[in-house]
Amino acid sequence: MGQSADRSPDSTSLPRPDEGAATRANPEDGADRARAAETALRVTVIRPSTGWVSLRLRELWEYRELIYFLIWRDIKVRYKQTALGATWAVIQPFLTMVVFSLFFGRLARIPSDGVPYPIFSFTALVPWTFFAYGLAQSSNSVVSSQSLITKVYFPRLAIPIATVLSGVVDFGIAFAVLVVMMLAYGVVPTANALVIPLLLLLALVTSLGVGLWLSALNVQYRDVRYLLPFLTQFWLFATPIAYPSSLLSEPWRTVYALNPMVGVVEGFRWALLGTETAPGPMVAVSALAAVALLVGGAFYFRRMEKTFADVM
Amino acid sequence: MSETAIRVEGLGKEYRIGAVSRYPTLRDTLAGGASGVMRAVAARRRSNGQRGVLADRVWALRDVSLDVQRGEVVGVIGGNGAGKSTLLKILSRVTEPTTGRAEIHGRVGSLLEVGTGFHQELTGRENLFLNGAILGMKRAEIARKFDEILAFAEVERFIDTPVKHYSSGMYLRLAFAVAAHLEPDILLVDEVLAVGDASFQRKCLGKMGDVAREGRTILFVSHSMDAIQRLCSRCVLLARGGVEAEGEPMRVISRYLSSGRERPGPDVWVDVSAAQRTGTGTGEARFVAVRYGSSSEALASHAYPGGPLEFSLVIASDSPRSVESLAVTIYDQYGTKLVNADTISRGEAVRLREGHTTVRLRIAAVHLNPGIYVVGLWLADSRDVEFDHAQSALEIEVVPAESYQFGATPISNGLVPCRVEILQVS
Repeated sequence: MGQSADRSPDSTSLPRPDEGAATRANPEDGADRARAAETALRVTVIRPSTGWVSLRLRELWEYRELIYFLIWRDIKVRYKQTALGATWAVIQPFLTMVVFSLFFGRLARIPSDGVPYPIFSFTALVPWTFFAYGLAQSSNSVVSSQSLITKVYFPRLAIPIATVLSGVVDFGIAFAVLVVMMLAYGVVPTANALVIPLLLLLALVTSLGVGLWLSALNVQYRDVRYLLPFLTQFWLFATPIAYPSSLLSEPWRTVYALNPMVGVVEGFRWALLGTETAPGPMVAVSALAAVALLVGGAFYFRRMEKTFADVM
Repeated sequence: MSETAIRVEGLGKEYRIGAVSRYPTLRDTLAGGASGVMRAVAARRRSNGQRGVLADRVWALRDVSLDVQRGEVVGVIGGNGAGKSTLLKILSRVTEPTTGRAEIHGRVGSLLEVGTGFHQELTGRENLFLNGAILGMKRAEIARKFDEILAFAEVERFIDTPVKHYSSGMYLRLAFAVAAHLEPDILLVDEVLAVGDASFQRKCLGKMGDVAREGRTILFVSHSMDAIQRLCSRCVLLARGGVEAEGEPMRVISRYLSSGRERPGPDVWVDVSAAQRTGTGTGEARFVAVRYGSSSEALASHAYPGGPLEFSLVIASDSPRSVESLAVTIYDQYGTKLVNADTISRGEAVRLREGHTTVRLRIAAVHLNPGIYVVGLWLADSRDVEFDHAQSALEIEVVPAESYQFGATPISNGLVPCRVEILQVS
């Protein structure tokens, strides 16, 4: 931020072409004029839309800087307003891991695919926390951006997308703690760890997919707010975080992966801890389910979008 | 070179009041079948036989067509609920129209509210970049104009302070500065000047004037007839969602000011308690009723050129107070202020009782040509605190008087009458 601002004195010392109206006709005068001339040709047609509409991904791409600034705002504000700041990214999954280890690992003696239970559950909790945070934040994102939506135009999809993406920073911090824990337990990751970014993408797609549905629904039906904690809790236990998916036998394990977080969690364990669950088919099924959620969510969101400004 | 910047054809926007007034819950939708029928029945009963009219739907904008050329500054005026803001919201793509279409040629910048997206916790610098991005500026563009924006906003010293510590004036200046440097091809402005102090408003108007001179197109919604007259080359009057008048600003403004106004005869009490106000007065003291007359028996007390004009004003005050500025203003049909009979020029305060007080004012001679004029009323304790202000409380007619003019009225008369004598013909 500061850097880009500091550069401004140099650029403003350049001869300024935009003094007076005469220069306007001459696009060669500067980049500014060139832009104006180029966009002057752009014709926007406003008319009522009906039914399902295009996603307008190109326009979304043109607004990528806005997405960047929204992400940056989310992160900055979150860390400015909290006393513990980034520590929260760690505390939540870590304490959950401690509780799980005590009750499920020690007392209930739930199997953990031959890996120490704390690291077994924490490996799952790190992507899960990313998912759950993204889901909660994105579901409320549209409603909490009311002042923006009723005043300015921009692709509305930018809001939930930015919200989910801003969780990546927290994920990075929690992931670093996970690596430290793995070292402490003497678990050496294999080359499989290289697929982690893809698995993170899968978690992101899932989170955004569900988030798009819920955020659009939330505008119409504020019930979503009450549904959300319940949904998250239910989903937590429907995902093999406290227990391994190897408790199920094939083909049910693969069917189980219709819950996209199953693929994410088992993928993480396979990539980092080397559990021999061969999650290939599961990840494939999860990816399909996640993409279906995302595409459906995006179209539903776009369809409902036109009512946002009127309903809020 | 006349190119179209905005073309609006048959634009309409229907709002469902039922859905706006409260948030529907899932249960409502699940039970939607039954309640939908109930609502329809209730609505039909309410609409009382008007065929096909559902009472919970309202057209905020209806069949509006408009062409704006590149470089034009067009003012949009109209009463509350006339559809001004809805029009701007549709053109800035915040909301979709229900019918019709609009074509926008070029980049649009909208100033529907200054400070949109400002975050209290972020510093001025951070907000400047964030707000710029929200309004559609590229990061490089903001960085390039950074110093200029800062100088305009006059907040250099506090640029790294969170805006929650800003005074409302600083906040506003920064917000407007970002928006003012947007450099869009088409700028949509909605009543941003209503906030801020006089010097800030002057600055904003000046900036908008600059923008207009650079050949950009501006669509400007305002309640300030003064700002509209100063900035706009054309004016559109909206009423009940439709275009009622369009054209030269003065003409349209006078049409607006004269709509829905009474033209009573002389010596008749006129109720002005419901006359349209500018909304700038506190209302602690308000005009209730007015009566005027010239006391001329021959003319049945009608006002006449050069004759006296008396006003009786009934003012309701919520407590005893003294009023230094009580004024009767006379405008022509185009909104030009011709006469301002203000008691402040006498330097003596008018004392109002709690409840109703009647004040009688006399203009010794009104030098007005025969015609229809608009009377405005103004009440303030000093130049700072305004109690009541109605720009067009009533219309009066000035009738020809034989004593003043013996021949015919010139076809194209001047604003002010005069006595002409022929001194010599040689």
